[in-house]
Amino acid sequence: MLELTAVNRSFGERRVLKDVSFTVAGGRMTGFVGGNGAGKTTTMRVILGVLAADSGTITLDGAPLTAEQRTRFGYMPEERGLYPKMKVAEQIVYLGRLHGMSTSQARNNTEALLTRLGLGERMDDTLESLSLGNQQRAQIAAALVHDPEVLVLDEPFSGLDPIAVEVVLNVLKDFAATGAPVIFSSHQLDIVERLCDDLVVIADGEIRAHGSREGVRSAHTSPRFELQLDGDAGWLRAEPGVTVLDFDGGFAVFDVDSEATAQRVLQRAIATAPVLRFSPQVPSLSQIFKEVIQ
Amino acid sequence: MTTYSTPTLLPATWLVAEREIRMRLRSKSFMISTGILLLLVLGSIVAMSVFGANQSLPKIAAVGSAVSTVEATEAFDVTEAATVAEAEELVRDESVEAAVIPSEGAVGLTVIGLDEAPGSVVSLLSAAPLVEILEPSDQNPGVVYLVALAFGALFLSSALTFGSMISQSVVEEKQTRIVEILMATVPVKALLAGKIVGNSILAFAQITLVALAAGIGLLATGQNILLGEIGPSIVWFVVFFAAGFVMLAAMFAAAGALVSRQEDLNTTMTPITTLLMVPYFAVIFFYENPFVLAIMSYVPFSAPVGMPLRVFLGLAEWWEPILSLAILIASTLAVIALGSRIYENGLLRTGAPVKLKDALKKA
Repeated sequence: MLELTAVNRSFGERRVLKDVSFTVAGGRMTGFVGGNGAGKTTTMRVILGVLAADSGTITLDGAPLTAEQRTRFGYMPEERGLYPKMKVAEQIVYLGRLHGMSTSQARNNTEALLTRLGLGERMDDTLESLSLGNQQRAQIAAALVHDPEVLVLDEPFSGLDPIAVEVVLNVLKDFAATGAPVIFSSHQLDIVERLCDDLVVIADGEIRAHGSREGVRSAHTSPRFELQLDGDAGWLRAEPGVTVLDFDGGFAVFDVDSEATAQRVLQRAIATAPVLRFSPQVPSLSQIFKEVIQ
Repeated sequence: MTTYSTPTLLPATWLVAEREIRMRLRSKSFMISTGILLLLVLGSIVAMSVFGANQSLPKIAAVGSAVSTVEATEAFDVTEAATVAEAEELVRDESVEAAVIPSEGAVGLTVIGLDEAPGSVVSLLSAAPLVEILEPSDQNPGVVYLVALAFGALFLSSALTFGSMISQSVVEEKQTRIVEILMATVPVKALLAGKIVGNSILAFAQITLVALAAGIGLLATGQNILLGEIGPSIVWFVVFFAAGFVMLAAMFAAAGALVSRQEDLNTTMTPITTLLMVPYFAVIFFYENPFVLAIMSYVPFSAPVGMPLRVFLGLAEWWEPILSLAILIASTLAVIALGSRIYENGLLRTGAPVKLKDALKKA
């Protein structure tokens, strides 16, 4: 488990990270969301040790993170970086060797990864001859070649077509299944919603929410229900503990003050008229996101 | 899951250096420019051999008893003419420079020229006073100039080629952002050291190749004597170049780290390239000025040009190259320390070129 505690970082006068604390659990995919300039990339660079924190601690499985451990992380920077004029497989082997792999180990892993990512045919092409989406896949391979202990990915899905997203997603899920902590940032909240187990929301350098996806969701969900009756639902307005938000004949959207109120409403509805639909309204991640970052 | 431990500083440095070398050797422009450099060096050696060879003797015509007199000097290509008129005719149609005919004067010869006195012919036939030179120079000034020019131009071209390659390779890594992955993988020092080592090996190999080509060229054109004179200074040049280039490499790496785009590279590289021009022009203008050469041979920037030239001219005591080399190595170490700090601080800065002052601050 990777844990950040009260991490601060300033650039000159500007405080970019303010007491950032959260955990990335092993075997789980943690989505890291925030607007532009919220501090996502800085946080990731601090985790990787590319930038130093002004204060705060980062621990891996309880012990302070060492430079040596960091070299066993896999990292995909936000602004993609590989050598344009080098062959795809060649540079991934090179990165693997920089991580201490033997040439043959690095070559085996590179070939397996590139094949899995659908680049098997393009291994000996230069990076610059690949489409942006394929360069992105190569970048994923570069982050994974050395079987990292922790994976940190900055916007791994941007620029990928839906099929490529699925391919990369499966590779990452398999990787997380080995028990390694995986943290990735993304602007595409629908992907984060589908993919992540845990969620960290950052805004203006502060962590606004973190925890399991469902936990964050329920913490930011007021109990809201939708009712569709085959009859008039006007009686709802007089029900204690109910706030009606939207109403149209037999249709109503309402907040309740407790779960008991919701059950009472449902019972009365059944007694009143045939119930076509009664369901809790779950806000999408982007709705929560908007709410949280304000 | 297998975990791999990151290589220590030295193997990491070598991995980085190896990649630099591999990529450079794969570049066509690099191979072509090396080929051109070798051709230039061989060409100038052939040119030296042509200029150095004996020039053809002046042609004259001679009549009667004058023939044996001028032939005895062995300084002329003599055409025998039957009559004075015939000799004059040869002068008129410019097939000879002058005609020599017997006469009554003290020397017993008359020299006939076309429109002016044929000075060289006259002086060769005159009795000359004895000449004594106190400090004879056995070196042909033309050859000295060529040697000075060769050292200066070689240093400039190699330093510029490989120096800007280092800068470009640093900027490439910054611009493509692979530097973030690299920094997260290996120590920054290994990155910098690898770049310097890789490119220095290439530069050193190129210079050695050129030195060998020069040696072989001198032997092949039969200029063995010249090789004997120039050999030690070529060796010193290679040694000085090796140390001096490492210093420049650190500066060029720092220049690369200060900018984020290739387009901005000129702004930070210009001060270094300007400094590089100084020894080049100085050696061209002052190759005959022992005082300026002495200064040049100790200033770290120009020592790789100045000291070998002084060794060639026989102006340096045996200990002087060693002292100068020590100064050069000391300043190289200092520059590496400064350069690596600028490099480390500059790598992650993006946008406008970083000010030198900011880059020198502790991160």
